[in-house]
Amino acid sequence: MKFLCLICAETVMEQMPEADAKAHFQEYVEFTRNIKQSGHFIGANRLKPVDTATTLRVRNGKVTITDGPFAETKEQFGGYYLIEAKDLDEAIHVAAKIPGARFGCVELRPVADDPQTRALGFDAVTSAH
Amino acid sequence: MRETWHRIFILLPSLSGISLFPRLPLFQFSRSKADEVSVATCCPWSGKKAVPIIRTAGGLLWHCVITERGSALNVHATDQVREVVDAIYRTESRRVLATLIRLLGGFELAEEALHDAFIAAVEQWQRDGVPANPRAWLVSTGRFKAIDKIRRRARFDASLVELVDELDVAASPDEPDDEGMEDDRLRLIFTCCHPALSADAQVALTLREVCGLTTEEIARAFLTTPPTLAQRIVRAKTKIRDARIPYQVPAATDLPDRLDAVLRVIYLVFNEGYSASSGASLMRPDLSGEAIRLGRLLIELLPEPEALGLLALMLLHESRRAARSSPTGEIILLDNQDRSLWDQTSIAEGSALVERALISRRFGPYTLQAAITAVHAEAPNAAATDWAQIVGIYDLIMRADASPVIELNRAVAVAMRDGPLAGLLLVDELLARGELADYHLAHAARADLCRRLGKHSDARTSYERALALVQQEPERRFLERRLAELQN
Repeated sequence: MKFLCLICAETVMEQMPEADAKAHFQEYVEFTRNIKQSGHFIGANRLKPVDTATTLRVRNGKVTITDGPFAETKEQFGGYYLIEAKDLDEAIHVAAKIPGARFGCVELRPVADDPQTRALGFDAVTSAH
Repeated sequence: MRETWHRIFILLPSLSGISLFPRLPLFQFSRSKADEVSVATCCPWSGKKAVPIIRTAGGLLWHCVITERGSALNVHATDQVREVVDAIYRTESRRVLATLIRLLGGFELAEEALHDAFIAAVEQWQRDGVPANPRAWLVSTGRFKAIDKIRRRARFDASLVELVDELDVAASPDEPDDEGMEDDRLRLIFTCCHPALSADAQVALTLREVCGLTTEEIARAFLTTPPTLAQRIVRAKTKIRDARIPYQVPAATDLPDRLDAVLRVIYLVFNEGYSASSGASLMRPDLSGEAIRLGRLLIELLPEPEALGLLALMLLHESRRAARSSPTGEIILLDNQDRSLWDQTSIAEGSALVERALISRRFGPYTLQAAITAVHAEAPNAAATDWAQIVGIYDLIMRADASPVIELNRAVAVAMRDGPLAGLLLVDELLARGELADYHLAHAARADLCRRLGKHSDARTSYERALALVQQEPERRFLERRLAELQN
């Protein structure tokens, strides 16, 4: 089963002092290598800081654009991992090792896997590695 | 008072959905005892038409046709087999359910299978007699019925074909052994108390699935409505299924944390029964009893020191039930309780459990709290209590699991050992830190210490502060009484 691990924190790497950012990045390098070896890794991406976020809504056919994320919170999404785990306990074990979990938090969300979603051809995207 | 008796017919499921076999009435019902029976709504397998289900006091579901409309009916058995089935339902249904969840891979399917197995039991045991091992019979029958049902559904829904194959393989033909079934009970407890579920959901799910309480009973105990509670349980089961919360006893590395979650749920249930957080009555005994039953089940399945400690703590608290409140429902504090009312059997059992837990040297806060309670239980009166030992145990708890509430309790013990002034200094320091500013018992403790020191105006201020924060009616009356005494 696939789980998306959404990493939230108050500061992302771009906002850290250089030495901290470097060390933090190194932790991610190691973590990523480990979960590739253990077979849990499917995909991952790091997001640019929240001040680059744009939110759009379509209402009555009209696109409205606003600056910033859809929800104003102290914490921002910094990136995600898509992992394969047999159940929630295994996913928790993997996600607990995400370096960002020690500073911010990680939201675990099971990926929907029903015939309708599969019919959209999502399989190709999620099994890219 | 004897009302008109009505007839009930059992509905048996058939291949084409539901068919009615107008058997001789298996039981009759009257409307006398309204709360013994409630009529639930839909029939899980018909898919088309809602058919009433009657739930008897024993918890067994009967799919019935009712000859006269009524929402509260009292079912009386006229049949001996039904009584046997009812008794077996009470003792075995949770075990059978726990195993069916594992075999069928989900709560919903297992619950349907459980009901089907019991319906089949009434039918077949009447004809062939009660089997030698009813537990195993119910498991195999439930499993067979579930697989059969899915196979029939799979004819119309291709997505189920895979599930049928999986279940066919998983459902090994051997009879489930007792040890395996005990493991399943433990799996059920850990799944219901999984930390990925909200605390409310953990409690509701545990009482429903592990203890077999009805939704109505749980709702009544927690002063909420049955639909709210039912929704909470449904949401929790959906999360278990969709987020794939595993049906397993956690691995050794996770066990301490996960056992903590289980113990917390049990203690929460106990406290809700022992000292209801709100409402008119001081205690709701059925919940405390349920928590103690859970505690016993847990130590039977997993005799970890803290599980022993928690059961000890609950038994020792429970031993004082009769002495804790006056016949009019007023609180009686420990110092003033009639100790001859304390239940010595529970004290003996609790004390023995504390010792067992302490010997293990792997104990934690529950065992230590139980040890304090045991010191109280062994003292012939309040003055003869070994307060030095109690302060010593609080120091140990503080080292393991410091919390402002424990600090407050320790301060009260220090006041008993060294005098009220020593206690007051600690309480004032604690209140100055702010964490307990809204905790009524902190202000009540301060008020009591001031009262004992003769600082009546300080005592009044603190009692008033406590009164502004208190939620529970008997506690409010107690504080008002104390305040009134000061003003005289």
